[in-house]
Amino acid sequence: MSAVSLEGAEARIGGHVVWRDVTVHVERGEFVAVLGPNGSGKSTLVRAMLGLQPLSAGRATVLGGSPGTANDRIGYLPQRHAFDATTRIRGIDLVRLGLDGARWGVPLPGRRNRAAAARVERVIELVGATAYARRPIGELSGGEQQRLLIAQALVRGPELLLLDEPLDSLDLPNQAGVAALVERICKEEDVAVLLVAHDVNPIIAYLDAVIYIAGGTAVEGAPEDVIATGTLTELYGVPIEVLRTSDDRLVVVGAPDLHGHHAH
Amino acid sequence: MPTESVFTGLSWSPATDVHRLFTDPFMVHALAAGTIVAVMAGVIGWFMVLRRQTFAGHTLSLTSFTGASAAALAGAPLALGYFVVCGLAAVTLAGTADARRGRAFESSAIGTVQALALGLGFLFVSLYHGILTGLDSLLFGTFLGITSSQVLVLLVVAVVSIAAVGVGARPLLFASVDPDVAVARGLPVRLLGLGFLIVLGMSVAETSQITGALLVFALLVTPAATAQLLTSRPLVSVALSIALALVVTWLGLALAYFSIYPVGFYITSLSFALYVVVRVIA
Repeated sequence: MSAVSLEGAEARIGGHVVWRDVTVHVERGEFVAVLGPNGSGKSTLVRAMLGLQPLSAGRATVLGGSPGTANDRIGYLPQRHAFDATTRIRGIDLVRLGLDGARWGVPLPGRRNRAAAARVERVIELVGATAYARRPIGELSGGEQQRLLIAQALVRGPELLLLDEPLDSLDLPNQAGVAALVERICKEEDVAVLLVAHDVNPIIAYLDAVIYIAGGTAVEGAPEDVIATGTLTELYGVPIEVLRTSDDRLVVVGAPDLHGHHAH
Repeated sequence: MPTESVFTGLSWSPATDVHRLFTDPFMVHALAAGTIVAVMAGVIGWFMVLRRQTFAGHTLSLTSFTGASAAALAGAPLALGYFVVCGLAAVTLAGTADARRGRAFESSAIGTVQALALGLGFLFVSLYHGILTGLDSLLFGTFLGITSSQVLVLLVVAVVSIAAVGVGARPLLFASVDPDVAVARGLPVRLLGLGFLIVLGMSVAETSQITGALLVFALLVTPAATAQLLTSRPLVSVALSIALALVVTWLGLALAYFSIYPVGFYITSLSFALYVVVRVIA
């Protein structure tokens, strides 16, 4: 059974169709990127999988139920701005909130509390954030914050990871580091990973599939089949060219940004 | 309404002075009330500072003045006015929180509520001429004439509010620092926000009876802000916030007892000094 399965899905925001006829399947242990121009509805797709964005047509199954029914088995990292220096809470506290932040009452000292603390320590070690997990989150760099947020998403041992632009605002070495970390978790823990990205190049080596959203719909397939001149031209409905640079980076040329800010 | 004129001054014997501090009946009530208020303000204020709702807290503190003046005009107990009007204001403020329209919209809406509350408060005061002698204590606080039944009311409100925050501590912390993930995990983030504002309203209504409407901030904001500067460990930070609120309240009450200046002045000055010292050192 697929971790995520959408059949002919359609989403509307304020009566306006964001995308329609979206059919995608993500299996456990698969690393899938969600690509597309600004405003094409990448975050809407993630929110639909969490049940936060209702579908106006089509069917969706997430971890065997309708969206929103299994969110405690999903690790979610929303698209966000970094925590600023005034956020006076440690990284380790933020990770702990991911584990039992939805429980009422205060944690009492005891075996259960020690087990929870040990679990938090393990997941922080897994993402390589032990050195700075006890510093205030707002004083950490973007890459350090991102690793702790991934630890927060991982701490409950999720079956599905939904990461909305986790590489955004990171420098290139950090993008590579975080991408490699996500790939390792995906394979070692057999987690289905859906990662929204603006630029496919830092992750392309790890991807099993790509979901490309543009022109009000989406296609899913192997990276080299989707990020190709023919497929993207059909998707956008205007001539698109996919170029490969001498250092093996893919560049999409001619894609109209929905907000018209910059060429892709 | 008593005025701040029980200026007793210092005797020649420090032991006698300390003894008087703890045995004068009105001082015993003042210390009990101050302790309850400080513990509550330390806890609730910590979340208020964390949630960056100091502007909402400030507005609620001004509506406590409106509540007290309305109660005086209607001939009802002042405490009733404090709690009812602060509760109503809390619900109104929760309605202005709108994630889609953002912080700027929220703060201008809060500012509008604040201006209305202040205007109404002064209207009620001018309609009820008799209150004018007590205007100072509504705004700047008094620790005189606190009765044992008032202390009991304070205790009940404090226990209920702190218990509510205790039960909701983790979800509230989660919703405060990481609302997007908290929503995805199924937490009722909006409802938590409303609940917290109501508890904050009750806390403000209670605190302002001691510190006055203008100075309620001293106990709600400053100990919490100072504690958050000193540590980022949540439990230690809350404990420190309570401890600092207690110290400034006790010292403020003692200083006010032996001098002619109102207690609110001492509490604000002491907490301000503390904050500045920590800010410079940290």
